[in-house]
Amino acid sequence: MSACPSAIPFGNLAAEYHPQVGGKCASLGTMMQVGLPVPPGFAVTTRVFVDAKEASGSKHRITEIVDGGLGPLSDITQEALESVAAQAREVVMTWEIPVEHATMIRQMYADLCAQSGVEDVPVAVRSSSTAEDSPEASFAGEHDTYLWVCGIDDVLEKIRCCWASLYTGRAIMYRHELGYDHNQVDMAVAVQKMVRPRAAGVAFTLDPTNGDRSGICIDAAWGFGEGVVSGDVTPDNFLIDKVMWTINRRTISPKTHAHLLTDVEGADCPQVSRVELPEDQVNAPSVTDEEIIAIARLARAAEKHYGCPQDIEWAVDDDLPAGEDTVLLQARPETVWSKRHRAVGAKADLVSSIVDTLVNPLSSRKGAERG
Amino acid sequence: MADRFSSPFDIEAPAGAEGWQNLYSYSAVFSEERRDYEDGGFWFHDGVHWPEALTPWDAGVFEVAIASLGQYNTRHYLVPPAYGVDFRILNGYVFLSPVPAPEADIEGRVPHFMERAGFYFANWDRLYDDWLVKVRCLVQQISELDFSPLPQMEDLEVITSGAGRGSGDRLLSTYHRLLDHVLTLWQYHFEFLNLGYAAYLDFFGFCKAAFPSIPDLAIAKMVAGVDVDLFKPDDHLKSLARLAVSSGVDDRFNGASPKEVWAALATDEQGQAWIAEWDKAAEPWFNFSTGSGFYHSDKIWIQNVEVPLGYITDYIVKVKEGVDLNRPIEALHTERDRVVSEYRELLASDEDRETFDAKLGLSRTVFPYVENHNFYVEHWAHSVIWRKMRELGEVLKAAGFLAETDDVFMFRRSELFDVLFDLYAGWSVGAPSRGPSYWPKEIERRHAVHEMLRGWSPPPALGIPPEVVTEPFTVMLWGITSDSVAAWLSSGEEGEEGVLSGFAASPGLVEGPARVIFSADQISEIQDGEILVAPLTAPSWAPIFGKIKATVTDVGGMMSHAAIVCREYGLPAVTGTAFGTKTIKTGQMLRVDGNTGKVTVLD
Repeated sequence: MSACPSAIPFGNLAAEYHPQVGGKCASLGTMMQVGLPVPPGFAVTTRVFVDAKEASGSKHRITEIVDGGLGPLSDITQEALESVAAQAREVVMTWEIPVEHATMIRQMYADLCAQSGVEDVPVAVRSSSTAEDSPEASFAGEHDTYLWVCGIDDVLEKIRCCWASLYTGRAIMYRHELGYDHNQVDMAVAVQKMVRPRAAGVAFTLDPTNGDRSGICIDAAWGFGEGVVSGDVTPDNFLIDKVMWTINRRTISPKTHAHLLTDVEGADCPQVSRVELPEDQVNAPSVTDEEIIAIARLARAAEKHYGCPQDIEWAVDDDLPAGEDTVLLQARPETVWSKRHRAVGAKADLVSSIVDTLVNPLSSRKGAERG
Repeated sequence: MADRFSSPFDIEAPAGAEGWQNLYSYSAVFSEERRDYEDGGFWFHDGVHWPEALTPWDAGVFEVAIASLGQYNTRHYLVPPAYGVDFRILNGYVFLSPVPAPEADIEGRVPHFMERAGFYFANWDRLYDDWLVKVRCLVQQISELDFSPLPQMEDLEVITSGAGRGSGDRLLSTYHRLLDHVLTLWQYHFEFLNLGYAAYLDFFGFCKAAFPSIPDLAIAKMVAGVDVDLFKPDDHLKSLARLAVSSGVDDRFNGASPKEVWAALATDEQGQAWIAEWDKAAEPWFNFSTGSGFYHSDKIWIQNVEVPLGYITDYIVKVKEGVDLNRPIEALHTERDRVVSEYRELLASDEDRETFDAKLGLSRTVFPYVENHNFYVEHWAHSVIWRKMRELGEVLKAAGFLAETDDVFMFRRSELFDVLFDLYAGWSVGAPSRGPSYWPKEIERRHAVHEMLRGWSPPPALGIPPEVVTEPFTVMLWGITSDSVAAWLSSGEEGEEGVLSGFAASPGLVEGPARVIFSADQISEIQDGEILVAPLTAPSWAPIFGKIKATVTDVGGMMSHAAIVCREYGLPAVTGTAFGTKTIKTGQMLRVDGNTGKVTVLD
């Protein structure tokens, strides 16, 4: 294998490099290569992380802080955890990106700007650790993501912030609980052109309430999907049949707040913040029926590609023309129902089964779910 | 919300219809003698099959039909939880009440059901082939019944052959035979139907267990046939329209009366060839009722040629515009296969896939009967029965018993024995029958009562609803569920203003102006792009489905004709809204959501 490059555009991400780009980047690369509408960008590989760590000479310092600062699982207090996490992050933030890597990343970002026709194109800088998005553990939301990052200096800074987010309290705890070695987990980073979402959210390619694989469940809210993921806005919810493409359930929630792009005084770039919504948007559906079906089709395409139920993040990009404006931000395997067996196990003999149906009709059965 | 519907004993006769009870069998009306039983039950109005007030003779056919349904559940197959469906007539309208098997009997009925239903399922194709032969033979027998008038003098041949019996005997016994044939016809009707529904429900239940949110119509789509007999009459109209254009006789279809059109066609070879094609298609396919087939007054294409002729004339215009009238059979097959394979693939295990295949296979085996029987019984055989009864009506009219031929339907089924005997006796004796001085006045009275009944609208249900509606045939045949019962109980009390709910019977979302029609006679009022709102639709309305944008009906479930035809034509449909024709006015803008079963009045 040739040496892993510092950074690789999603469109060129060959499978041999997947171990060096983390779950999220690998998935973005695959999706782009199979034609799913993913915003363009590039992966900053773990080689950069590893080289920076080695160059800093503070690798053992981290081990001391984490392993020394935390005892057995049952003894860990919140205070101790946060203190250990803060110290570890502080150390990581002192790491410098080696010059040859920084040069490569600058080039990639410049290419992205050129491709988008925008100077200092706004990007999302996302953590992509080598442990996340495996079928056994989602690591969902354990690491940080930075939105609306503009200009190469800020991009390089936020890459280091993503590295540091390997050591948030919750990430340390999660690895601890699942028995991961802290030193074995490396961090790659996805740098991806920012979408300007009119609406965004998540979608599951099954009904998370009962594991029904014929359903696609969408949570949608105005603006950025961050509020849907973190749970600080109540999203609209839709259930779509993935064979008939009908919308079988729709719940329009009062969406008092949204994560929107706002101008910040003194800053070069606008920032995403949680703001109150005007009256007319609160109870209005955040997506149209056409968009709902487009999102569902996107989720289904990802599921068909990966061959197992998916949990995706999507957005409706205001910058793109209608009909092509639904984009996939990420896809990962669904982890809850995928672990369960959900067979019907009806009687094989047809006539006995008919007797069951007649004597115990569907309309009187409750909780037919089998785990 | 009320917890019960009105008692049948509290429903009064409409003004002017007092004494309506004697238009119907003594056993078919609510009565003091059975009050305890009747008052404690749940009775729903069957507007799917009998939307209008019945005339006395048509009511007789209704009684035979529903009794026969019960017979198969109760006595033939011993459907474990279900006896038959009890039936009453109130103010001329039909009310039904499913009768559960006693709890203690259910278990004992199971092995019998397994054996008996199992036999039919195992031999279905052969038995169904036999059925087609039986029913065609029966229709033949009915059409051969001889209701010619009583002669002034018997033919000499009656004497010389030593027959020893004559026309009077023939007339009386022919009527007996007609009634026997009606009974046999309805035995045949239910020979397969309940079993067919049971197999379908089993597949339905499996799909719901595997995919709790699967839309009902997805299940229907997997099972339903693409090329079913019920579509044949419409297919023939389209072929005839194409033939008219391709053979250059389309100019004869100028809106003139059938007689004039036929005369114009008869003038040349091409025209005669077209008539020959028509004749081939007409028997049996144009024995097609514009209604449910349960009313003698429903127009039948073959006897009201202006109806199919109008459709053909419309189709000719479309053919000349280059519109492709073919149903997209190939595409429908492909779509059905896609739906099946995608759900199948989503199942959790190979065992489930095996079960799915077996249940789907059985459902598809039984479904051709479910889909096709309606043409043979309600359309074809009934057309012939009404025709024969009119021949009898002619005889009675000529003898002065009736003012009009169709007055024959104002007699009760059994009453006609006496009437015919009166006619026969007068003819035999050579003295006046009582009928001519008795019946015309009585029939006039009955017409007046019936007219009052026609103007009355029946409540959707009577009596005490069951906690949950579980009886499978009630759900399947009539689309009655715990939800619909609750909706009836709360009608007018709650719910969004201007929003009606029903079955999401065919998907899609459209907006357009409403056209409310109450009977087949109003079909010609429908304009392109309108949304049809009707109590129910009949399969023979198919030609107008090319014009309309969506359908809303008062009655019917997922398998109602409106639902089947709309899915076929890719139009949204909401069925079983209960109050559609009462709430919506022609010209109002509607939004019909066939995905959710909601109809919204927009202005």
